[in-house]
Amino acid sequence: MKPRTKRSLIVLGGLASLGLATMLVLDAFRSNLVFYFSPSEVAADAVPSGERFRLGGVVAEGSLRREGQTLRVSFGVTDGARTVPVHYEGLLPDMFREGKGVVTQGVMGAGGVFIADQVLAKHDENYMPPEAAQALEDARLAASAGVIEAGVVREGTP
Amino acid sequence: MIPEIGHFALSLALLLTVVQVVLPLWGVARGNAAWMALSRPAALGQALFVLVAFACLMWSFYANDFSVRYVVQHSNTALPWAYRLAAVWGGHEGSILLWLLILSGWTLAVALYSRHLELSMLARILAIMGLVSIGFLLFILFTSNPFDRLFPAALNGDDLNPQLQDPGLILHPPLLYMGYVGMAVPFGFAMAALLAGKLDAAWARWTRPWATTSWCFLTLGIALGSAWAYYELGWGGWWFWDPVENASLMPWLVGAALLHSLAVTEKRGTFKMWTVLLAIVAFSLSLLGTFLVRSGVLTSVHAFATDPKRGIFILLFLGIVVGGSLVLFALKASQVGIGSRFAAVSRESMLLGNNVLLMVAAGSVMLGTLYPLLIDALGMGKLSVGPPYFNAVFVPLMAPALFLMGVGPIARWQRADAGDLARRLRWALVVSLAAALVTPWIAGRWSALTGFGYFLAFWIFTSAAVNLWGRLAKRPRREWWRILRVQPGSYYGMLVAHVGMGVLVVGVTTVSSYEVERDVVMRPSETAAAAGYAFRLDSISQRPGPNYIADRAVISVFRNDRRIAILTPERRIYTAARSANPMTEASIDTGVTRDLYVALGDALDGGAWIVRIYVKPFVSWIWGGGILMALGGGLAVLDRRYRRRVKQAPAHEAPPMAAPPPPAYQGARSGVSHRVET
Repeated sequence: MKPRTKRSLIVLGGLASLGLATMLVLDAFRSNLVFYFSPSEVAADAVPSGERFRLGGVVAEGSLRREGQTLRVSFGVTDGARTVPVHYEGLLPDMFREGKGVVTQGVMGAGGVFIADQVLAKHDENYMPPEAAQALEDARLAASAGVIEAGVVREGTP
Repeated sequence: MIPEIGHFALSLALLLTVVQVVLPLWGVARGNAAWMALSRPAALGQALFVLVAFACLMWSFYANDFSVRYVVQHSNTALPWAYRLAAVWGGHEGSILLWLLILSGWTLAVALYSRHLELSMLARILAIMGLVSIGFLLFILFTSNPFDRLFPAALNGDDLNPQLQDPGLILHPPLLYMGYVGMAVPFGFAMAALLAGKLDAAWARWTRPWATTSWCFLTLGIALGSAWAYYELGWGGWWFWDPVENASLMPWLVGAALLHSLAVTEKRGTFKMWTVLLAIVAFSLSLLGTFLVRSGVLTSVHAFATDPKRGIFILLFLGIVVGGSLVLFALKASQVGIGSRFAAVSRESMLLGNNVLLMVAAGSVMLGTLYPLLIDALGMGKLSVGPPYFNAVFVPLMAPALFLMGVGPIARWQRADAGDLARRLRWALVVSLAAALVTPWIAGRWSALTGFGYFLAFWIFTSAAVNLWGRLAKRPRREWWRILRVQPGSYYGMLVAHVGMGVLVVGVTTVSSYEVERDVVMRPSETAAAAGYAFRLDSISQRPGPNYIADRAVISVFRNDRRIAILTPERRIYTAARSANPMTEASIDTGVTRDLYVALGDALDGGAWIVRIYVKPFVSWIWGGGILMALGGGLAVLDRRYRRRVKQAPAHEAPPMAAPPPPAYQGARSGVSHRVET
């Protein structure tokens, strides 16, 4: 083999493996994107069914229940307009409290209950996760935007 | 009074830094040596005044001066004095001041330890680093002044975030910043060399120890941060692919690529452009890390700032640094010659492969870190990229790099014989394959990924042994000690750092394959079992701390009915905090082959508590590997080669020992095939 042929083969091989690597990276990337939804969007059925997503908002006051002496807890995540019930089994993070911001990750289960496998609230007590803050803001805007929009949301839910 | 002195010192530092940039550069342009010589005293003055400012802030914290807003926000009289001092960098303003202090420290170090550099070169380097300092000084003075007064003064402070009240706070930020900011030195060297149009082996040799030193600090900083998250957050994880962690991992990866590329540039004169580009990218990523962490765009305990002005300032500064250096690179790149050629199988080609893999890995981490921010900034919704993405991408990219780690150091420069390499490494391959099959079998459960992890780790160990053996095999035994003694420090540094990587791989593989996690509900005197250990909750009682009250559990751990450890996890409520949020304080029995990790959760009705129990085999090897890597870097920096005068011809220099120098000591561009380099 001539040195030049060899060199171009090497370059081709390099490009091919780089292309393969890029493909693998992008594929892994696409299948691991986790989208974020607010309780209002969940209530409006905006979430593709069966998909993992993040639900953010505020832990509704007086909603935290523990199932006897087990690790199973349930609480509501609200954005002021809508509240989504959440089930979770495990230790809650230190900063988890009623009335404080929270982001949970999981899938929608039967009966409109969100089954979380991750609860994130690891910030200091005055800190609101931007996702949760956004949810409250959106809900406030939607509420002030008038009856029409609220009507659309209501139509989607029985 | 003291805070005003600090503020004034910063202004003076800014003035001196302007002198450090402008006059010496003017001197370079005009050939005026006296003006160039100004850069050294100006750098000294800058460092001095920044130090004064920093000391003033420390004093304000130590003396509980609650007329200073920043002190009020981050301290409290109940805080122990060591944490009061460390609280200086517990918030945004102080961290940026620490950044600046370290930058001026590195600048001073360059000014003091570069007497062998030409004056014009030193003037350029210090000017570039001064420009960076000016950026940060302006940032502090105009958007983040830590000396702002509060009127009327507060009676007491708001306290430091309890999660930060840990010895980790004293060490982790300074170490990490030493690494981040240290990347400014290779950046300064690269920019100066581009300006002068002189990129040669000597330039690479000057840059190497600086790049290596800052990479070592970065390694230690990341390892310490990981260990801190491990024991502080109470979740038992050691790496979360959190954007803040990624922000430090990216410059680390590029820094590692830079070290290897600098080696090629020094020894062979090749890869020059690539090396310069890496120096630019490494520093830019350090700045990007600062931006990500400090601007408040990320949700994390590290994010302090909420003032959008600051984010825009850093972004602008980042744009100027990256844009300016890339423009300079594009303008000057054509003047840089191409070095010597090399064959497809050679140490150069393998180091190139290592560089490409490290850069692709850094790029994929960047994609996962920045994409959600980009989408958010464009108003296209909020999303996050989960750890599965990073694992799926990082592992296959690092695996070939780890494999090359075994082959590269044995291959010859310029042209290596693939058959010869295979012959020399055949035993290493056999042993590693055997270990890949046997180790998981001993551990109890075999999976392909686990076996692969052990294969790579043993491959690194055995090929390092083959490398060392290659230097001894053909010599009589009585000469071995002498041969071992004359090997350069950079050779041992390379071996130790690579073995450190292997140790890290053992830790990661073992802990991710065999860790056991259990969340249980326990009442006093009840027992829970995990991985052959029995955990008995002996008692739970309240116990006061200096500035908190803790519920403290006493848990005895038994193995084969013998008590081997007593763990005391706590749940603390910090009394000075604005609201009474409990903080988990995990208790860990650390061992070489396993950690026993217990964290206390919520109290339930009837005296029961939620307890989280982990048994983590070999987890401490992860940080041990990091320490070994930093140690290897340290050995390489202490290499005699960097301490001799550059202007003397290398061949004339007699080594301090009677032995003849090994081949590595010959000139870098002599064209001889070397066996000894790193």
